[in-house]
Amino acid sequence: MIINHPLLGPRDSSEFTYRGDAILFNRPDPNSESLLEDYYEYQYIRDNTHGFMKELWFHEQGDRSWLVLTRNTVTHEIIRVELASEYKRENK
Amino acid sequence: MTYSALKIIKEALTGHRGWKPVWQKSEPKKSYDIIIIGGGGHGLATAYYLAKKYKQTKIAVLEKGWIGGGNVGRNTTIIRSNYMLNNNQAFYEFSLKLWERIEKDINYNAMVSQRGIINLFHSDVQRDSYIRRGNTMRIHGTDAILLNQDEVKKKYPFLNYENARFPIKGGLWQPRGGTVRHDAVAWGYAHAADKYGVDIIENCEVVGFEIVNGKCIGVKTNKGNIKANKIGVAVAGNSSKVMNMAGMRLPIESHVLQAFVSEGLKPILPGVITYGAGHFYVSQSDKGGLVFGGDIDGYNSYAQRGNLPVVEDVCEGGVSLMPMIGKARLLRMWGGIMDMSMDGSPIIDKTHISGLYFNGGWCYGGFKATPASGYSFAHLLATDTHHEVAKNYTLDRFKSGLTIDEKGQGAQPNLH
Repeated sequence: MIINHPLLGPRDSSEFTYRGDAILFNRPDPNSESLLEDYYEYQYIRDNTHGFMKELWFHEQGDRSWLVLTRNTVTHEIIRVELASEYKRENK
Repeated sequence: MTYSALKIIKEALTGHRGWKPVWQKSEPKKSYDIIIIGGGGHGLATAYYLAKKYKQTKIAVLEKGWIGGGNVGRNTTIIRSNYMLNNNQAFYEFSLKLWERIEKDINYNAMVSQRGIINLFHSDVQRDSYIRRGNTMRIHGTDAILLNQDEVKKKYPFLNYENARFPIKGGLWQPRGGTVRHDAVAWGYAHAADKYGVDIIENCEVVGFEIVNGKCIGVKTNKGNIKANKIGVAVAGNSSKVMNMAGMRLPIESHVLQAFVSEGLKPILPGVITYGAGHFYVSQSDKGGLVFGGDIDGYNSYAQRGNLPVVEDVCEGGVSLMPMIGKARLLRMWGGIMDMSMDGSPIIDKTHISGLYFNGGWCYGGFKATPASGYSFAHLLATDTHHEVAKNYTLDRFKSGLTIDEKGQGAQPNLH
């Protein structure tokens, strides 16, 4: 897979480390009543999407930036690559 | 139809006109007592043990593709029981015991070959951890023998002993480990289940569940609706997709694992060898091909094919362990989809929906588990209680903190 890095251009996916579903941005509220349940879901439960999903990739062998990819888990097609910092700002 | 030496002679003399299909093709009836979704090794084994051991009748196995087309035909055919954690070792030892008598049991030649498996170690620390694992295995009544460098050299003279960074210092050997012809496992269980009257329905994809007042009463398929008292799901790789139809989310990610086979060679490998310094495991099939594999690709995938960086990584591991492999040409490679669970261990449990049972999360250890998985899932479906060896493979262990993390990696599925 070639990942089109927003700053560095096309890079081989082997330069990256995979972290998983971008849902990890949504850390539960530590003051919530249902704290244990929320963290259990956050830590262990995944949608495991069949089709397009947003996911976190870390450019470990490169500029060490975190990226958010929109990638199809059935075809491996990548339709969008964003810097995680920008993604987070937009999706606040 | 029963297979025997006598039958082979009889057929040889009469022009092989008496062979019948290994199992009957069935069409779905309106209702069953028990439906198993997924006609892979685990689903077929479940149906077989339900019928034979637990005396259940009116069972159907629904398979969206064809028998033998999923992970049961996509693995590297290794069987072993060399785990360390209590919850795993008892289960996999039970499985290996079932493998040892499977051919008689299902009346099918699955070519079970206990040619031994060795896990190589390359440092003092690794040796100590293997000794610990070996001791745990022996406490469970499993065979485990620690070999030093000379003993390994004698058995496997072709390995690279000159590697300065990762010298082979010895290995943990399990003589009862080995390989099984994987297709024959699927066909054999289908054959045996069919003999007990199980309906094996191919090209029948489940597209939804009928759930009324918290009870699952049937499935919707492309061949119409089918009612059932109990429904067992054994679709590892697609578990999240199927359970999502019942509104459930799982502690599982789907990942692709690639496997490889070289061109046919004369017999060179005496058993299964695993590399302790890179992720690489290899055996030689009876046809002569070197069957080998390595790590998963590492990203979520439902595509039954991987990418090239892992191919390179696996081949590098292979060449570094046994340089002679570099002369062999790669014949085929393929990918299978693994249910990577959050602690690296499987799940065999009821769900919160009455009548709906789940078997999955096998990571890439599903093949060797086939008989025990089927046996204990059948136990659960028939008796509503957990089988002794699988009682800790529960769905709620992630909530309670009783995870079974053999590798100690934490909740990161692509590291297990």
